[in-house]
Formats: sequence, C-alpha cells, structure tokens
Amino acid sequence: MPRVAVVRFPGSNCDFDTLRAAESVGADAYFVWHRDTDLRGADVVVLPGGFSYGDYLRSGAIARFSPVMQAVQRHAAAGGPVLGICNGFQILCEAHLLPGALMRNAGLTFVSKPVDVTVEQVDTAFTCDYEPEERLRLPVAHGEGRFVAAPDTLRTLEAEGRVVLRYVAATERSPFQPNPNGSANHIAGICNTDGNVVGIMPHPERAADRLLGLTGGSGFFTSMISSHQGSST
Amino acid sequence: MTFRVHVRVLPRVGLLDPQGQAVEHALTALGFEEAGAVRIGRAIELDVTASSRDEAVARARQMCDKLLANPVTEDYLLDVESD
Repeated sequence: MPRVAVVRFPGSNCDFDTLRAAESVGADAYFVWHRDTDLRGADVVVLPGGFSYGDYLRSGAIARFSPVMQAVQRHAAAGGPVLGICNGFQILCEAHLLPGALMRNAGLTFVSKPVDVTVEQVDTAFTCDYEPEERLRLPVAHGEGRFVAAPDTLRTLEAEGRVVLRYVAATERSPFQPNPNGSANHIAGICNTDGNVVGIMPHPERAADRLLGLTGGSGFFTSMISSHQGSST
Repeated sequence: MTFRVHVRVLPRVGLLDPQGQAVEHALTALGFEEAGAVRIGRAIELDVTASSRDEAVARARQMCDKLLANPVTEDYLLDVESD
C-alpha cells in the first residue's frame, strides 16, 4: 500500500478529511507538519485545503517557503506524485510546481457548493481510475479559485492535455452554475509536464464517502493505490 | 544605512480585478461618477539596511520578485527613501 503524506500547515482545515479519504481506500496515510524536512518515505504527497498562514499576502504565498516544501520539491522533481487540493493547488502554483495563479473569484463571493466537472486527463497518479471524459460532481469551497495564466501558458496546457478537470457548462443534466469562479478556459485542475504534480480546486475528499452524499471524489484516492501498484510491480 | 522602502503591488492591467470593479460601482453609487479604472492592490512598507540606495533598491526588487508580488498576476512599484 502506498505511503501517503498529508502535509499540514498552520491554517490547513481539510487535513483530517483528506487523511480519512486516503485511509478509507487502504492507503498508509499520515500527517507531516510544515516544519518537518523529511516526508518519511512518502510515495504520495497531498497538500490539503484550508487557509495556510491565514492566506496572508496571497493564498499559498507563505506556505510555499515552509521547510517541508523543499522536501516536496525534491519528491516532485524525482517524479513522485503530488496532489494539491484547493489551497494546496494555490501553494503548488506559488511554488512554481504548476504554472499560472489562482485569483479572487470573478463573482467576488466565496463559492461553496457542488459543481460538475469533467475528468479530461486520466493518465495521472490521481485520475487513472476514472474513464476519459467522466463527469463528476464535487464540492468547491473557495474565494480565490479563478485560474489565470499567460495566453501561451494556456495554449500549452491545452495542447499538451494538461487540463485535468474542467467545469462543465450548465445543461439540464448539470443544473449548477458553470465555472463558479471565472477560471480561464473553465479550468478546474491542471498537471505539470510530467503529469506527476496535479492541482485541483474541487474537494474530492469531501465526496468520497456515501454518508456525505457524494462519492465521485473517491477515484482520486483509489487512483493513488492503482498507480502505486502499477509502478511497483 | 537604513532605507524606508514603500512597495505598491497592483493586479496587472488587463486582468480582471473584481475588488476594483465593486469599489468603482460603489463610488458611482455614491455620486462619484468621475471615478474610473479603480484597481485594488496592497501597500507594503519595510526598512532595508544597505550600504547604498542602489543596493537597497536591488534587494527590495529581489524581495518583490521572490515573495511580495506574484509575477504571474501582479506588478509592483518601488519607492525608496533614505532615513
């Protein structure tokens, strides 16, 4: 079973949900504190949602310089899988592990509701258990989730198939407002060139248990198991 | 020598600034129809110890590039005054 390190910063608040979602699929999940410099043999690293360092300066701007992030950078550089969820996505962008940035929602409001997304890239350690173009309903909860990037960066992301999740346009089957934050190209999640670093705004850990009503997010966690088994056999 | 550094960080022109838009609407509602192109950023002040003004500017610029401003979405202005 993969060892899954869930990194906790001061202000992380989705840490327990993420740990629990990873444990529920059988992963050997544990917390790593932001001051730690050792990921303790992690196979997978997850940066959970929350408000690290109170979102001071910019979301993720200070967390990026935590001691633990040097270890995360090394893990990512060696090809190790890293998933950033919400604030974790913001931290990965600030750390330049992913391109672009997440700015204040176009609608000015903090958006907390379910949205429909399409899985557009299934060749990652976090989405390999999904079908291509599979549609998921996942909760979002953020005030700064508007993905922006330079036009050539956006073109590269699209051309290289690095949009992992995309908000679905409103249809009868999808009654929720499309694109809840004004993201460029309706982008809800992306990956790096090698596909081992993934950042997403929706919260799969809040949609990974039948008691919570939604289960579409569990694939992110079962994918960690599947890809680990695939890589170690 | 100590230099007082004033940093103004603003969202890059051309990028949507919802805060600026909302405040512009509020100003219009208050009767300030002459107000336009409102943008909202942040002001940061700090002391920088350096041997010259040029060095203080160079160091402050590094601080902006590395932490105080996001190169993807923000531009910054520096104003350095000697003590």
